[in-house]
Amino acid sequence: MMPVTKHDIIVIGGSAGSIPVVSAILDGLSPSLNVPVIIVLHRQRNVNSEMTRIFQSKSRKIKVTEPEDKEPVLPGHIYLAPQNYHLLVEQEKCFSLDYSEQVHFSRPSIDVTFESIANVYGSKTLGILLSGANKDGTNGVEYILQHKGKVLVQDPATAEYPAMVRFAIEKCSEVIVYSPDELVQYIANVSTNNA
Amino acid sequence: MPHRKSEITEQELNDLLSLIKQVYGYDFTGYSKASLLRRFQKVMDDAKMKTAYDLRFYLTNDRKHFDWFLQTVTVNVTEMFRDPGFYKAVREKVIQRLATYPIIKIWHAGCSTGEEVFSMAILLHEAGLLERTKIYATDINPANLEKAKKGIMPLQQMKDYTFNYQQSGGNRDFADYYTARYNGALIRKELRDNIVFAQHNLVTDGMFNEFQLICCRNVLIYFEKELQNRVISLFEESLSSLGYLALGIKESLLFTEVRNKFEPVDLKNKIFRKKQ
Ligand SMILES: C[S@@+](CC[C@H](N)C(=O)[O-])C[C@H]1O[C@@H](n2cnc3c(N)ncnc32)[C@H](O)[C@@H]1O
Repeated sequence: MMPVTKHDIIVIGGSAGSIPVVSAILDGLSPSLNVPVIIVLHRQRNVNSEMTRIFQSKSRKIKVTEPEDKEPVLPGHIYLAPQNYHLLVEQEKCFSLDYSEQVHFSRPSIDVTFESIANVYGSKTLGILLSGANKDGTNGVEYILQHKGKVLVQDPATAEYPAMVRFAIEKCSEVIVYSPDELVQYIANVSTNNA
Repeated sequence: MPHRKSEITEQELNDLLSLIKQVYGYDFTGYSKASLLRRFQKVMDDAKMKTAYDLRFYLTNDRKHFDWFLQTVTVNVTEMFRDPGFYKAVREKVIQRLATYPIIKIWHAGCSTGEEVFSMAILLHEAGLLERTKIYATDINPANLEKAKKGIMPLQQMKDYTFNYQQSGGNRDFADYYTARYNGALIRKELRDNIVFAQHNLVTDGMFNEFQLICCRNVLIYFEKELQNRVISLFEESLSSLGYLALGIKESLLFTEVRNKFEPVDLKNKIFRKKQ
């Protein structure tokens, strides 16, 4: 059995090669999910991608939406960071969107969302970092850990693009390295055992 | 080891905001804290400061420092024809209605360096309405307005802007709208003649005219709900009956108290109309 900790929020960051893992995680979520799940993915700019729909068909039970500015962050909802904005969370637990400079050539940036969530949820944050060919995410992982949250990263050996998780593992020894199956299982437990 | 050079807590941020309000009269206390924290960190990183105390000292010491701070703390990123779908909706759903007014008055609030304003001027020009339109373009940040008045866009952006323009339904030669010189693209003077750029702070300044269209895009995202409500009320007062309000693609009236005073014209593109 894997140890189960209580988390008040799950935030997932992924780049190139992460979509299948995100899909598997969403498939594994319990219908009685009672924490918010926030997904930050690097997507191509100005391509009107159908990402919410891709995930929607995979996770029929729970709707995936792109939050609007000042929308409340609700348990049991899955949110996908909209393209071209950074996604932040305020102390009062609502989203703020931010159109400032790109971070690691990315907007949304994983670092920005991870850090903002750690500021609000502190030790109750569960961060997940997945496949990618970018440096984004490492600072955010470090920040979550500094705030006593927990971080799981995809095992680089299983990642289509291992660079992003490798950076995080090199810099932060406290991260837990899991295969996609272990990630799916852990996250499924969070959502059911947190009641 | 913390990866950041500077650190600032929410408490330190609030203290600095009070100081800035007292000393300089700029009130950022109603801004969203999550993004303000990032902006203050950026200010401190740019100025190579490590602590909030350094910033406090720097700001109280010299008015010139504050001017630089003001330029840096606001998010000034903008584009021509940003969100082409929005401009397409304006072409299709707003412009023809504006044509019924003998004189058209438009307010761009938070216009940054003018890209959005010039885009609107191009739409009006193509509809044959620019000559009887007066555009007021305002911003809190004087450095942005100085740039906007020059009407020069970075040349390397013009390829993207041309693409955006075409996506927005534009079918003329975009290159006719500017002249390239050195590294800049100067927007044609005829397009800029009816635009007035002026400083206006949405937090503290009031109504100054009546408009048929107000564009305030990607500005309200930096405000907390309460300030959003106040500013949207200001827009409501400043609109003529059935006037249009256009917000950024991810901004919503849904979470504001004044939502009942408007009806949607295009929900996806965030165009609303003041009820009669
Ligand atoms: C991200 S830019 C948006 C530019 C343009 N509207 C667009 O969507 O591309 C935000 C602008 O809002 C301005 N701003 C911030 N606070 C303001 C205030 N209180 N009053 C007026 N303008 C403000 C900033 O100076 C900046 O130019």
